[in-house]
Amino acid sequence: MALKLPIFMDYHSTTPVDPRVLECMLPYFTERFGNAASRNHVFGWTAEKAVEEAREQVAALIGATGREIIWTSGATESNNLALKGAAAFYRDRGNHIITAQTEHKAVLDTCKRLEKEGFEVTYLPVEADGRVHPERVREAMTDRTILVSIMLANNEIGVINDLRSICEIVKARGALFHTDAVQGVGKIPFSLQEVPADLVSLSAHKIYGPKGVGALYVRRRPRVRLVPQMDGGGHERGMRSGTLNVPGIVGFGKAAELARLEMPTEAPRLLALRERLRTKIMGALPDVYVNGSLEHRLPGNLNLSFAYVEGEALMMALKDVALSSGSACTSASLEPSYVLRALGIGEELAHTSIRFGLGRFTTEEEVDYVAEQVIQKVNRLRDMSPLWEMRQEGIDLNSIQWAAAH
Amino acid sequence: MAYSSKVIDHYENPRNVGTLDKDDPSVGTGLVGAPACGDVMRLQLKVGPDGIIQDAKFKTFGCGSAIASSSLVTEWVKGMTVEQAEQIKNSSIAEELNLPPVKIHCSVLAEDAIKAAIADYRRKNARAAG
Repeated sequence: MALKLPIFMDYHSTTPVDPRVLECMLPYFTERFGNAASRNHVFGWTAEKAVEEAREQVAALIGATGREIIWTSGATESNNLALKGAAAFYRDRGNHIITAQTEHKAVLDTCKRLEKEGFEVTYLPVEADGRVHPERVREAMTDRTILVSIMLANNEIGVINDLRSICEIVKARGALFHTDAVQGVGKIPFSLQEVPADLVSLSAHKIYGPKGVGALYVRRRPRVRLVPQMDGGGHERGMRSGTLNVPGIVGFGKAAELARLEMPTEAPRLLALRERLRTKIMGALPDVYVNGSLEHRLPGNLNLSFAYVEGEALMMALKDVALSSGSACTSASLEPSYVLRALGIGEELAHTSIRFGLGRFTTEEEVDYVAEQVIQKVNRLRDMSPLWEMRQEGIDLNSIQWAAAH
Repeated sequence: MAYSSKVIDHYENPRNVGTLDKDDPSVGTGLVGAPACGDVMRLQLKVGPDGIIQDAKFKTFGCGSAIASSSLVTEWVKGMTVEQAEQIKNSSIAEELNLPPVKIHCSVLAEDAIKAAIADYRRKNARAAG
Protein backbone atom coordinates (compact mmCIF):
# COMPACT_ATOMS: atom_id res chain seq x y z
CA MET A 1 0.00 0.00 0.00
CA ALA A 2 1.32 3.45 -0.88
CA LEU A 3 2.14 5.74 2.00
CA LYS A 4 -0.49 8.43 2.47
CA LEU A 5 0.67 11.82 3.72
CA PRO A 6 0.30 13.54 6.10
CA ILE A 7 0.78 10.87 8.74
CA PHE A 8 -1.13 11.15 12.00
CA MET A 9 1.11 10.22 14.92
CA ASP A 10 -0.64 12.18 17.65
CA TYR A 11 -3.10 9.58 18.97
CA HIS A 12 -2.94 10.98 22.52
CA SER A 13 -4.57 14.19 21.39
CA THR A 14 -7.45 12.41 19.73
CA THR A 15 -8.27 9.45 17.50
CA PRO A 16 -10.34 9.10 14.36
CA VAL A 17 -13.76 7.51 14.78
CA ASP A 18 -13.50 3.84 13.86
CA PRO A 19 -15.70 3.22 10.77
CA ARG A 20 -17.49 0.43 12.69
CA VAL A 21 -18.31 2.97 15.42
CA LEU A 22 -19.58 5.52 12.95
CA GLU A 23 -21.83 2.95 11.32
CA CYS A 24 -23.55 2.26 14.65
CA MET A 25 -24.00 5.98 15.33
CA LEU A 26 -25.58 7.07 12.06
CA PRO A 27 -29.19 5.88 12.57
CA TYR A 28 -29.33 7.84 15.84
CA PHE A 29 -28.92 11.13 13.99
CA THR A 30 -31.84 10.47 11.66
CA GLU A 31 -34.61 7.88 12.03
CA ARG A 32 -33.79 7.05 15.68
CA PHE A 33 -33.47 10.65 16.80
CA GLY A 34 -35.58 10.38 19.95
CA ASN A 35 -34.79 11.93 23.31
CA ALA A 36 -33.74 9.19 25.71
CA ALA A 37 -35.70 10.96 28.44
CA SER A 38 -39.02 10.74 26.55
CA ARG A 39 -40.81 8.03 28.52
CA ASN A 40 -44.11 7.88 26.65
CA HIS A 41 -43.41 7.02 23.03
CA VAL A 42 -41.38 4.65 20.92
CA PHE A 43 -38.87 7.27 19.79
CA GLY A 44 -37.82 7.83 23.38
CA TRP A 45 -37.79 4.13 24.20
CA THR A 46 -35.57 3.35 21.21
CA ALA A 47 -33.08 6.01 22.25
CA GLU A 48 -33.17 4.93 25.87
CA LYS A 49 -32.54 1.31 24.92
CA ALA A 50 -29.49 2.32 22.86
CA VAL A 51 -28.14 4.45 25.70
CA GLU A 52 -28.54 1.60 28.19
CA GLU A 53 -26.78 -0.84 25.87
CA ALA A 54 -23.90 1.61 25.56
CA ARG A 55 -23.80 1.96 29.33
CA GLU A 56 -23.28 -1.80 29.61
CA GLN A 57 -20.58 -1.73 26.92
CA VAL A 58 -18.61 1.03 28.65
CA ALA A 59 -19.10 -0.61 32.04
CA ALA A 60 -17.79 -3.93 30.68
CA LEU A 61 -14.53 -2.27 29.60
CA ILE A 62 -13.65 -1.41 33.22
CA GLY A 63 -15.47 -4.19 35.09
CA ALA A 64 -18.28 -1.96 36.37
CA THR A 65 -22.05 -2.29 36.16
CA GLY A 66 -24.09 -0.09 33.82
CA ARG A 67 -25.80 1.67 36.69
CA GLU A 68 -22.45 3.09 37.80
CA ILE A 69 -21.82 4.95 34.53
CA ILE A 70 -22.80 8.64 34.27
CA TRP A 71 -22.65 10.21 30.80
CA THR A 72 -20.88 13.53 30.43
CA SER A 73 -19.64 15.77 27.63
CA GLY A 74 -16.08 14.51 27.96
CA ALA A 75 -13.30 13.85 30.40
CA THR A 76 -12.84 17.48 31.40
CA GLU A 77 -16.41 17.50 32.63
CA SER A 78 -15.97 14.09 34.25
CA ASN A 79 -12.92 15.32 36.16
CA ASN A 80 -14.70 18.49 37.21
CA LEU A 81 -17.77 16.59 38.36
CA ALA A 82 -15.74 13.97 40.23
CA LEU A 83 -13.52 16.42 42.09
CA LYS A 84 -15.89 19.32 42.69
CA GLY A 85 -18.87 17.05 43.25
CA ALA A 86 -17.11 14.86 45.80
CA ALA A 87 -15.35 17.76 47.50
CA ALA A 88 -18.65 19.55 47.99
CA PHE A 89 -20.49 16.48 49.24
CA TYR A 90 -17.83 15.28 51.68
CA ARG A 91 -16.73 18.70 52.88
CA ASP A 92 -17.89 18.03 56.44
CA ARG A 93 -15.47 15.06 56.63
CA GLY A 94 -12.40 17.08 55.69
CA ASN A 95 -10.92 19.56 53.32
CA HIS A 96 -7.74 17.89 52.08
CA ILE A 97 -7.25 16.60 48.53
CA ILE A 98 -4.17 14.86 47.10
CA THR A 99 -3.17 14.78 43.46
CA ALA A 100 0.07 14.73 41.45
CA GLN A 101 2.06 17.40 39.63
CA THR A 102 1.84 15.53 36.32
CA GLU A 103 -1.96 15.33 36.15
CA HIS A 104 -3.90 16.77 33.23
CA LYS A 105 -4.93 20.42 33.49
CA ALA A 106 -8.56 19.35 33.88
CA VAL A 107 -7.56 17.90 37.26
CA LEU A 108 -4.92 20.46 38.26
CA ASP A 109 -6.99 23.52 37.45
CA THR A 110 -10.04 22.00 39.13
CA CYS A 111 -7.92 21.50 42.23
CA LYS A 112 -6.71 25.09 42.03
CA ARG A 113 -10.34 26.21 41.95
CA LEU A 114 -11.08 24.09 45.00
CA GLU A 115 -8.12 25.68 46.80
CA LYS A 116 -9.76 29.07 46.27
CA GLU A 117 -12.86 27.65 47.90
CA GLY A 118 -10.98 26.66 51.02
CA PHE A 119 -9.73 23.17 50.25
CA GLU A 120 -6.12 22.24 50.80
CA VAL A 121 -4.46 20.40 47.94
CA THR A 122 -1.21 18.46 47.98
CA TYR A 123 0.43 18.18 44.55
CA LEU A 124 2.68 15.15 44.86
CA PRO A 125 6.01 15.09 43.06
CA VAL A 126 6.78 12.13 40.81
CA GLU A 127 9.84 9.93 40.55
CA ALA A 128 12.39 10.49 37.78
CA ASP A 129 10.56 7.83 35.74
CA GLY A 130 7.34 9.85 35.93
CA ARG A 131 5.46 7.56 38.32
CA VAL A 132 3.82 8.53 41.57
CA HIS A 133 5.43 6.54 44.37
CA PRO A 134 2.65 4.95 46.47
CA GLU A 135 4.60 5.79 49.63
CA ARG A 136 4.37 9.50 48.81
CA VAL A 137 0.58 9.08 48.81
CA ARG A 138 0.68 7.31 52.17
CA GLU A 139 2.86 10.04 53.69
CA ALA A 140 0.64 12.83 52.39
CA MET A 141 -2.61 11.40 53.79
CA THR A 142 -4.09 12.98 56.90
CA ASP A 143 -7.32 12.56 58.85
CA ARG A 144 -8.66 15.46 56.83
CA THR A 145 -7.99 13.81 53.43
CA ILE A 146 -11.28 13.16 51.64
CA LEU A 147 -10.14 12.54 48.09
CA VAL A 148 -7.09 11.39 46.15
CA SER A 149 -6.88 11.77 42.36
CA ILE A 150 -4.06 10.05 40.47
CA MET A 151 -4.17 9.38 36.73
CA LEU A 152 -3.91 5.91 35.21
CA ALA A 153 -1.57 6.90 32.36
CA ASN A 154 -0.02 10.24 31.54
CA ASN A 155 -1.04 12.03 28.36
CA GLU A 156 2.45 13.33 27.52
CA ILE A 157 4.81 10.56 28.52
CA GLY A 158 2.39 7.60 28.61
CA VAL A 159 3.73 6.50 31.98
CA ILE A 160 1.40 4.14 33.87
CA ASN A 161 0.91 4.54 37.60
CA ASP A 162 0.71 1.72 40.12
CA LEU A 163 -2.94 2.41 40.90
CA ARG A 164 -3.41 -0.93 42.62
CA SER A 165 -1.03 0.05 45.43
CA ILE A 166 -2.13 3.67 45.53
CA CYS A 167 -5.83 2.83 45.65
CA GLU A 168 -5.25 0.33 48.44
CA ILE A 169 -3.49 2.96 50.54
CA VAL A 170 -6.22 5.51 49.93
CA LYS A 171 -9.09 3.15 50.70
CA ALA A 172 -7.39 1.90 53.86
CA ARG A 173 -7.52 5.47 55.15
CA GLY A 174 -11.19 5.81 54.25
CA ALA A 175 -10.74 8.46 51.56
CA LEU A 176 -12.20 8.36 48.06
CA PHE A 177 -10.03 7.46 45.11
CA HIS A 178 -10.54 9.08 41.71
CA THR A 179 -8.54 8.34 38.59
CA ASP A 180 -8.44 10.16 35.29
CA ALA A 181 -8.20 6.98 33.22
CA VAL A 182 -8.68 8.64 29.84
CA GLN A 183 -5.32 7.73 28.30
CA GLY A 184 -5.10 4.23 29.74
CA VAL A 185 -8.53 2.64 29.47
CA GLY A 186 -8.94 0.75 26.22
CA LYS A 187 -5.16 0.65 25.73
CA ILE A 188 -4.07 -1.40 28.73
CA PRO A 189 -6.06 -3.70 31.02
CA PHE A 190 -7.83 -1.76 33.76
CA SER A 191 -10.40 -3.35 35.99
CA LEU A 192 -12.25 -2.14 39.05
CA GLN A 193 -11.80 -5.59 40.52
CA GLU A 194 -8.07 -4.91 40.61
CA VAL A 195 -8.22 -1.17 41.31
CA PRO A 196 -11.43 -0.56 43.29
CA ALA A 197 -11.56 3.18 42.55
CA ASP A 198 -14.61 5.21 43.57
CA LEU A 199 -14.61 7.55 40.59
CA VAL A 200 -13.14 7.00 37.12
CA SER A 201 -13.10 9.54 34.27
CA LEU A 202 -13.39 8.23 30.71
CA SER A 203 -13.49 9.75 27.25
CA ALA A 204 -14.79 8.39 23.94
CA HIS A 205 -12.54 10.21 21.48
CA LYS A 206 -9.34 8.73 22.86
CA ILE A 207 -10.57 5.23 22.02
CA TYR A 208 -11.83 5.73 18.44
CA GLY A 209 -15.21 7.07 19.50
CA PRO A 210 -16.63 10.54 18.81
CA LYS A 211 -15.61 13.80 20.48
CA GLY A 212 -17.94 15.45 22.96
CA VAL A 213 -18.80 12.29 24.93
CA GLY A 214 -17.34 11.12 28.20
CA ALA A 215 -18.35 9.18 31.24
CA LEU A 216 -17.78 9.13 34.95
CA TYR A 217 -17.87 5.87 36.82
CA VAL A 218 -19.44 6.44 40.25
CA ARG A 219 -19.24 3.51 42.67
CA ARG A 220 -22.54 2.18 44.04
CA ARG A 221 -21.27 -0.26 46.68
CA PRO A 222 -20.41 1.46 48.93
CA ARG A 223 -22.27 4.33 47.42
CA VAL A 224 -20.32 7.42 46.43
CA ARG A 225 -22.26 10.68 46.46
CA LEU A 226 -21.64 13.80 44.41
CA VAL A 227 -23.11 17.28 44.41
CA PRO A 228 -24.23 17.81 40.80
CA GLN A 229 -22.48 20.60 38.95
CA MET A 230 -25.19 20.92 36.32
CA ASP A 231 -28.78 21.51 37.42
CA GLY A 232 -31.80 20.74 35.30
CA GLY A 233 -34.03 17.82 34.47
CA GLY A 234 -32.36 15.40 36.83
CA HIS A 235 -30.92 13.09 34.19
CA GLU A 236 -28.26 10.53 35.07
CA ARG A 237 -29.64 9.80 38.55
CA GLY A 238 -29.61 13.51 39.29
CA MET A 239 -25.84 13.74 38.97
CA ARG A 240 -25.71 15.31 35.52
CA SER A 241 -28.71 17.01 34.00
CA GLY A 242 -28.95 17.59 30.27
CA THR A 243 -30.41 15.76 27.29
CA LEU A 244 -28.20 12.84 26.41
CA ASN A 245 -26.06 12.91 23.27
CA VAL A 246 -27.54 9.66 22.02
CA PRO A 247 -25.49 9.15 18.81
CA GLY A 248 -22.31 10.04 20.69
CA ILE A 249 -23.14 7.66 23.52
CA VAL A 250 -23.94 4.85 21.08
CA GLY A 251 -20.55 5.48 19.48
CA PHE A 252 -18.80 5.49 22.84
CA GLY A 253 -20.41 2.14 23.65
CA LYS A 254 -19.31 0.56 20.40
CA ALA A 255 -15.82 2.03 20.75
CA ALA A 256 -15.55 0.59 24.26
CA GLU A 257 -16.66 -2.83 23.04
CA LEU A 258 -14.11 -2.81 20.21
CA ALA A 259 -11.35 -1.68 22.58
CA ARG A 260 -12.18 -4.48 25.01
CA LEU A 261 -12.28 -7.17 22.31
CA GLU A 262 -9.28 -5.98 20.31
CA MET A 263 -6.90 -4.93 23.08
CA PRO A 264 -5.23 -8.37 23.28
CA THR A 265 -4.05 -8.05 19.66
CA GLU A 266 -3.82 -4.28 19.35
CA ALA A 267 -1.60 -3.65 22.38
CA PRO A 268 1.23 -6.01 21.35
CA ARG A 269 1.05 -4.74 17.76
CA LEU A 270 1.43 -1.14 18.93
CA LEU A 271 4.21 -2.04 21.31
CA ALA A 272 6.14 -3.69 18.49
CA LEU A 273 5.66 -0.63 16.27
CA ARG A 274 6.66 1.74 19.09
CA GLU A 275 9.83 -0.26 19.73
CA ARG A 276 10.59 -0.34 16.02
CA LEU A 277 10.36 3.46 15.95
CA ARG A 278 12.42 3.88 19.11
CA THR A 279 15.23 1.51 18.16
CA LYS A 280 15.51 2.91 14.64
CA ILE A 281 15.79 6.48 15.89
CA MET A 282 18.02 5.79 18.87
CA GLY A 283 20.20 3.43 16.85
CA ALA A 284 20.94 6.17 14.33
CA LEU A 285 21.16 9.29 16.51
CA PRO A 286 23.28 9.98 19.59
CA ASP A 287 22.04 12.11 22.51
CA VAL A 288 18.39 11.04 22.27
CA TYR A 289 16.64 10.36 25.57
CA VAL A 290 13.37 8.61 26.46
CA ASN A 291 11.33 10.75 28.84
CA GLY A 292 9.70 8.65 31.56
CA SER A 293 9.70 4.94 32.29
CA LEU A 294 9.98 2.73 29.24
CA GLU A 295 8.75 -0.29 31.19
CA HIS A 296 5.59 1.21 32.67
CA ARG A 297 4.35 2.93 29.56
CA LEU A 298 1.40 2.85 27.18
CA PRO A 299 2.27 0.67 24.18
CA GLY A 300 1.56 3.49 21.71
CA ASN A 301 3.55 6.24 23.44
CA LEU A 302 7.07 7.41 22.79
CA ASN A 303 8.34 10.71 24.21
CA LEU A 304 11.87 11.57 23.20
CA SER A 305 14.22 14.49 23.79
CA PHE A 306 16.57 15.26 20.92
CA ALA A 307 19.35 17.21 22.61
CA TYR A 308 20.56 20.35 20.77
CA VAL A 309 17.46 20.51 18.53
CA GLU A 310 14.49 22.65 19.54
CA GLY A 311 11.21 20.71 19.48
CA GLU A 312 9.10 23.11 17.49
CA ALA A 313 11.78 23.49 14.83
CA LEU A 314 11.85 19.72 14.52
CA MET A 315 8.07 19.52 14.21
CA MET A 316 8.21 22.18 11.53
CA ALA A 317 10.77 20.08 9.68
CA LEU A 318 8.56 17.00 9.97
CA LYS A 319 5.76 18.74 8.17
CA ASP A 320 4.24 15.54 6.80
CA VAL A 321 3.85 14.10 10.29
CA ALA A 322 1.39 15.26 12.95
CA LEU A 323 3.22 15.21 16.29
CA SER A 324 3.24 17.09 19.57
CA SER A 325 6.08 18.79 21.42
CA GLY A 326 6.77 19.68 25.04
CA SER A 327 8.69 22.67 23.78
CA ALA A 328 7.70 26.04 25.12
CA CYS A 329 7.44 27.41 21.64
CA THR A 330 4.26 25.44 21.03
CA SER A 331 2.51 27.09 23.95
CA ALA A 332 1.57 30.68 24.54
CA SER A 333 3.25 30.68 27.94
CA LEU A 334 6.79 30.06 26.62
CA GLU A 335 7.27 27.60 29.47
CA PRO A 336 8.27 24.05 28.56
CA SER A 337 6.09 21.10 29.56
CA TYR A 338 5.30 21.02 33.28
CA VAL A 339 5.10 17.24 33.06
CA LEU A 340 8.70 16.91 31.86
CA ARG A 341 9.81 19.49 34.44
CA ALA A 342 8.13 17.41 37.18
CA LEU A 343 10.35 14.48 36.17
CA GLY A 344 13.36 16.66 36.89
CA ILE A 345 14.21 17.00 33.21
CA GLY A 346 16.17 20.20 32.63
CA GLU A 347 14.49 23.00 30.72
CA GLU A 348 17.06 22.72 27.95
CA LEU A 349 16.03 19.09 27.33
CA ALA A 350 12.33 19.75 27.86
CA HIS A 351 12.55 22.20 24.95
CA THR A 352 13.76 19.41 22.69
CA SER A 353 11.01 16.87 23.36
CA ILE A 354 8.65 15.29 20.87
CA ARG A 355 5.70 13.05 21.64
CA PHE A 356 4.92 10.26 19.19
CA GLY A 357 1.46 8.76 19.61
CA LEU A 358 0.81 5.52 17.73
CA GLY A 359 -2.63 4.06 17.34
CA ARG A 360 -5.02 1.64 15.71
CA PHE A 361 -4.39 2.84 12.16
CA THR A 362 -0.61 3.31 12.39
CA THR A 363 1.26 1.07 9.93
CA GLU A 364 4.79 -0.25 9.78
CA GLU A 365 5.38 1.79 6.61
CA GLU A 366 4.41 4.94 8.50
CA VAL A 367 6.74 4.11 11.36
CA ASP A 368 9.63 3.53 8.97
CA TYR A 369 8.95 6.77 7.13
CA VAL A 370 8.73 8.78 10.36
CA ALA A 371 11.93 7.22 11.74
CA GLU A 372 13.79 8.04 8.53
CA GLN A 373 12.47 11.61 8.47
CA VAL A 374 13.30 12.19 12.14
CA ILE A 375 16.88 10.97 11.67
CA GLN A 376 17.38 13.13 8.59
CA LYS A 377 15.84 16.28 10.07
CA VAL A 378 17.55 16.00 13.43
CA ASN A 379 20.88 15.72 11.64
CA ARG A 380 20.06 18.75 9.50
CA LEU A 381 19.03 20.85 12.51
CA ARG A 382 22.02 19.74 14.53
CA ASP A 383 24.26 20.89 11.69
CA MET A 384 22.85 24.36 12.22
CA SER A 385 22.79 24.22 16.03
CA PRO A 386 25.56 26.13 17.85
CA LEU A 387 25.00 23.84 20.85
CA TRP A 388 25.69 20.73 18.78
CA GLU A 389 28.90 22.32 17.48
CA MET A 390 30.00 23.08 21.04
CA ARG A 391 29.21 19.53 22.06
CA GLN A 392 31.35 18.26 19.15
CA GLU A 393 34.19 20.49 20.37
CA GLY A 394 33.82 19.07 23.87
CA ILE A 395 32.59 22.31 25.44
CA ASP A 396 30.50 21.81 28.57
CA LEU A 397 27.33 23.81 27.97
CA ASN A 398 26.86 24.22 31.71
CA SER A 399 30.18 26.07 31.92
CA ILE A 400 28.82 28.92 29.80
CA GLN A 401 27.25 31.94 31.39
CA TRP A 402 24.00 32.19 29.45
CA ALA A 403 21.83 35.27 29.43
CA ALA A 404 19.04 34.71 31.94
CA ALA A 405 16.02 36.23 30.25
CA HIS A 406 13.71 34.24 27.98
CA MET B 1 0.66 27.91 14.57
CA ALA B 2 0.81 28.92 10.94
CA TYR B 3 4.10 30.38 9.74
CA SER B 4 4.49 33.13 7.19
CA SER B 5 5.89 32.12 3.81
CA LYS B 6 9.06 34.12 4.52
CA VAL B 7 9.70 32.24 7.76
CA ILE B 8 9.18 28.95 5.97
CA ASP B 9 11.51 30.00 3.15
CA HIS B 10 14.34 30.99 5.53
CA TYR B 11 13.73 27.91 7.65
CA GLU B 12 13.84 25.51 4.73
CA ASN B 13 16.61 27.29 2.84
CA PRO B 14 18.61 29.01 5.55
CA ARG B 15 21.19 31.48 4.25
CA ASN B 16 24.74 31.53 5.55
CA VAL B 17 24.69 28.66 8.02
CA GLY B 18 28.18 27.99 9.25
CA THR B 19 31.16 28.96 11.29
CA LEU B 20 33.90 31.57 10.86
CA ASP B 21 37.20 31.41 12.72
CA LYS B 22 36.43 32.99 16.05
CA ASP B 23 40.13 33.67 16.67
CA ASP B 24 40.46 35.77 13.51
CA PRO B 25 40.71 39.43 14.65
CA SER B 26 38.46 40.54 11.79
CA VAL B 27 35.66 38.22 13.00
CA GLY B 28 33.20 39.25 15.69
CA THR B 29 31.17 36.49 17.38
CA GLY B 30 27.91 37.03 19.23
CA LEU B 31 26.34 34.20 21.24
CA VAL B 32 22.98 35.11 22.77
CA GLY B 33 20.03 33.37 24.37
CA ALA B 34 20.10 30.31 26.61
CA PRO B 35 19.39 26.58 26.12
CA ALA B 36 16.95 26.67 29.04
CA CYS B 37 14.91 29.31 27.22
CA GLY B 38 14.83 27.27 24.03
CA ASP B 39 16.78 29.76 21.91
CA VAL B 40 20.51 30.17 21.34
CA MET B 41 21.84 32.19 18.40
CA ARG B 42 25.41 32.52 17.31
CA LEU B 43 26.10 35.20 14.75
CA GLN B 44 29.56 35.83 13.28
CA LEU B 45 30.56 38.85 11.21
CA LYS B 46 33.75 39.22 9.20
CA VAL B 47 34.65 42.88 8.82
CA GLY B 48 36.98 44.19 6.11
CA PRO B 49 39.67 46.84 6.67
CA ASP B 50 37.20 49.40 5.26
CA GLY B 51 34.71 48.65 8.05
CA ILE B 52 32.31 46.88 5.71
CA ILE B 53 30.89 43.50 6.68
CA GLN B 54 32.20 41.03 4.11
CA ASP B 55 30.68 37.85 5.42
CA ALA B 56 28.18 36.67 8.02
CA LYS B 57 27.44 33.19 9.32
CA PHE B 58 25.00 31.87 11.88
CA LYS B 59 24.03 28.80 13.80
CA THR B 60 20.81 28.74 15.81
CA PHE B 61 19.16 26.41 18.30
CA GLY B 62 15.56 27.46 18.38
CA CYS B 63 12.18 27.39 16.73
CA GLY B 64 11.55 28.11 13.06
CA SER B 65 11.11 31.82 13.71
CA ALA B 66 14.44 32.01 15.52
CA ILE B 67 16.20 30.25 12.67
CA ALA B 68 14.50 32.51 10.12
CA SER B 69 15.36 35.68 12.08
CA SER B 70 19.04 34.80 12.23
CA SER B 71 19.15 33.72 8.59
CA LEU B 72 17.54 37.02 7.56
CA VAL B 73 20.01 39.20 9.45
CA THR B 74 23.01 37.44 7.90
CA GLU B 75 21.61 38.47 4.51
CA TRP B 76 20.95 42.02 5.63
CA VAL B 77 24.28 42.81 7.26
CA LYS B 78 26.48 41.71 4.40
CA GLY B 79 27.71 44.83 2.62
CA MET B 80 26.72 47.11 5.48
CA THR B 81 29.17 49.06 7.58
CA VAL B 82 29.42 48.03 11.21
CA GLU B 83 27.64 51.27 12.14
CA GLN B 84 24.77 50.52 9.75
CA ALA B 85 24.40 46.96 11.06
CA GLU B 86 24.24 48.32 14.56
CA GLN B 87 21.14 50.29 13.61
CA ILE B 88 19.09 47.19 12.66
CA LYS B 89 16.01 47.07 14.88
CA ASN B 90 14.12 43.98 15.93
CA SER B 91 10.91 45.59 14.70
CA SER B 92 12.16 45.56 11.09
CA ILE B 93 13.05 41.86 11.41
CA ALA B 94 9.63 41.06 12.88
CA GLU B 95 7.92 43.07 10.18
CA GLU B 96 9.86 41.48 7.33
CA LEU B 97 9.05 37.96 8.59
CA ASN B 98 5.48 38.73 9.73
CA LEU B 99 6.25 37.32 13.16
CA PRO B 100 3.25 36.90 15.47
CA PRO B 101 3.44 38.59 18.91
CA VAL B 102 4.50 35.36 20.65
CA LYS B 103 7.57 35.18 18.38
CA ILE B 104 8.74 38.78 18.73
CA HIS B 105 11.42 37.61 21.16
CA CYS B 106 13.09 35.76 18.24
CA SER B 107 13.63 39.08 16.46
CA VAL B 108 14.88 40.66 19.69
CA LEU B 109 17.40 37.88 19.99
CA ALA B 110 18.59 38.45 16.41
CA GLU B 111 19.12 42.16 17.13
CA ASP B 112 21.00 41.23 20.31
CA ALA B 113 23.16 38.82 18.30
CA ILE B 114 24.23 41.56 15.89
CA LYS B 115 25.09 43.88 18.77
CA ALA B 116 27.00 41.13 20.58
CA ALA B 117 28.98 40.24 17.46
CA ILE B 118 29.88 43.90 16.86
CA ALA B 119 30.89 44.36 20.49
CA ASP B 120 33.17 41.32 20.22
CA TYR B 121 34.70 42.65 17.01
CA ARG B 122 35.35 46.06 18.60
CA ARG B 123 36.80 44.51 21.75
CA LYS B 124 39.29 42.51 19.68
CA ASN B 125 40.29 45.46 17.55
CA ALA B 126 40.56 47.94 20.42
CA ARG B 127 43.00 45.53 22.01
CA ALA B 128 44.89 45.08 18.73
CA ALA B 129 45.09 48.84 18.26
CA GLY B 130 46.11 49.48 21.88
